[in-house]
Amino acid sequence: MSKLNIKNLIKSFPSMDRPAVNNVNLDIESGELVAFLGPSGCGKTTILKMITGLFQPDSGDIILDEQSLLKIPTEKRGVVMVFQNYLLFPYMNVNENVGFALKMKGVDKNIIDQKVKEMLELVKLPDIGLRKPKQLSGGQQQRVALARALISNPRILLLDEPLSNLDAHLRDEMRDLIVTIQQKLKVTTIFVTHDQEEAVLLADKIALIFDGELQNFTSPKNYYEKPKNIKAAKFFGGVNFIHAKKHNYNLSTNIGTVHYKGENYTDLNEDNTITIRPENIKLSKNNDFNDNSFKGLIKSVIFSGTHTRYKIIVNDLELECSLQSVGLQDIKTDDTIYVHLPSDKIWAMNE
Amino acid sequence: MNNNLKKINIYAIYLGAFILILPLIAFFINAFSFRWFYPQVIPKELSLQAWVRLKLIPKPGQRTFEGFIELWASNPAVIKALLNSLSIGFLVTIVSIIIALPAARVLGLLNFRFKKLIIFIMVSPTILPPIAFVLGLNINFISWGFSGNYFGVCLVHLVPIMPYVVLTMTGIFANYNPDFEHQARTLGANKTRTFLLITLPAIAPGMVVAALFAFLVSWSQYLLTFLIGAGKVMTLPLLVFSTASSGNPALTAAISIIFIFPAILILFFTSKFVSGDSGATGGFGKI
Repeated sequence: MSKLNIKNLIKSFPSMDRPAVNNVNLDIESGELVAFLGPSGCGKTTILKMITGLFQPDSGDIILDEQSLLKIPTEKRGVVMVFQNYLLFPYMNVNENVGFALKMKGVDKNIIDQKVKEMLELVKLPDIGLRKPKQLSGGQQQRVALARALISNPRILLLDEPLSNLDAHLRDEMRDLIVTIQQKLKVTTIFVTHDQEEAVLLADKIALIFDGELQNFTSPKNYYEKPKNIKAAKFFGGVNFIHAKKHNYNLSTNIGTVHYKGENYTDLNEDNTITIRPENIKLSKNNDFNDNSFKGLIKSVIFSGTHTRYKIIVNDLELECSLQSVGLQDIKTDDTIYVHLPSDKIWAMNE
Repeated sequence: MNNNLKKINIYAIYLGAFILILPLIAFFINAFSFRWFYPQVIPKELSLQAWVRLKLIPKPGQRTFEGFIELWASNPAVIKALLNSLSIGFLVTIVSIIIALPAARVLGLLNFRFKKLIIFIMVSPTILPPIAFVLGLNINFISWGFSGNYFGVCLVHLVPIMPYVVLTMTGIFANYNPDFEHQARTLGANKTRTFLLITLPAIAPGMVVAALFAFLVSWSQYLLTFLIGAGKVMTLPLLVFSTASSGNPALTAAISIIFIFPAILILFFTSKFVSGDSGATGGFGKI
């Protein structure tokens, strides 16, 4: 149970023309499961490596339970990292791998054996203790690596792309295992991923990082409903962006005046951008909506199983709408349609 | 590969081995014979006279346990040279590996400007004839007081050895993932234990091969020992050379056997690292 504060963290590499990590501030509460999300090369793994001590930051501080980590050597930080390719020590068997951290602490051999057994049961891999890492499948190696990391009760657990090397069906299984174990042991956990879906499914909170800069740090739900900027919205599958101007508690846009109920109205700039998720747009052939209803033309209809996607042109602006395929009205390309943007579902951003 | 080709390959290997071993057999017979001259196919008389003259086997009549001990304790030149060669070989092997380890790590893991130039300078002693640099080196060694002593000989042996050791060990690190070390650190291992438990097992096979090269290059070094040692540091190659020029074939054969025996022994014990299947380069395998 440990809380981690990252303050004004900056790190540059000579080979890069911008800082790899640029002034990142994060407060991670005890027991939280946090995702660092961003495209590859955005600096998320660099932050992990600074928390473990492989890299020293240029400036800023990393504080674990009110104590700066920067002067503490890696092995004494209580921060354990599971690397993307597991890195099980090839010259040791599974038991020796899992017991490594306790052996380093000088724990009695009988206690180590006992703990190793418990950990292997926790990751649902009893009876493989005498095998060498080479004899294990990728999924098994991943679990052994997890058991090895958790055996010494780390204060912080860091997972670098924990699911990216696994097959699709193993990925679901492993994801559930990580969540179960994390909730059971209540260890503060940070994992790095470039997969937005993975972050949403696993994390309590997501830190979105682009080009070394923290974009936002909030719950997965907020990224969908209340994104902070266009980049963040796009990363989470946002496609509809409408330029808007403030106007009498409403927003005036190219397609007409939009009623807005978002709580951030007073913080909005004069110029801003409206977004709405495709699944929140409603369509009707007859104009049976009260407000925020605009006349448009269907450009294309794409059936994709459970959902059907429509592209609609409203006043030269293209909007995308996704409706459940069940019980749909008969809408075809080139039909005239009324598009409804529910005022409680639209969100405006300062950009 | 089809079966016939395989068979031909195996015969070719046998033939090669036979060609290599044939002179050794002749050597062996020669060392235990008395006046084996052309056109005799086998020597007329077997004898230990060469070994007696090398003071390794006592004269007839004194061949008791005490006789052997007494003879060897009198410090014959061959044993002195053998011990010198062995100790110089081991010392320069250890020193060269200690020097090469950090260099090889940097060359194997990092890319930087002038890396190729640095590698070229490092391997240049293998292209340069030893006589070219040792004469110049000798002048400096004399003024520094390294000439004609054990230390100077060790130092000069490092010149031809370092390229082999650095290049072999660079190969290990080209195949090496330093993340393993960092993984061990985050699991609570300090730097020393990380080196002993993680790094060393990974680089050990390649290190054995490098050590083998180092020892054998030092073991067979004649010219450098001769010039820098100034005749005061007697090693086996020097003794072999001077014996061979004395013109007694049995004696030359006997001392040559002593010369090649340790080398064969070392090769025998390290051959499993040299052969491909254990992976001479080591590392952490494919991940």
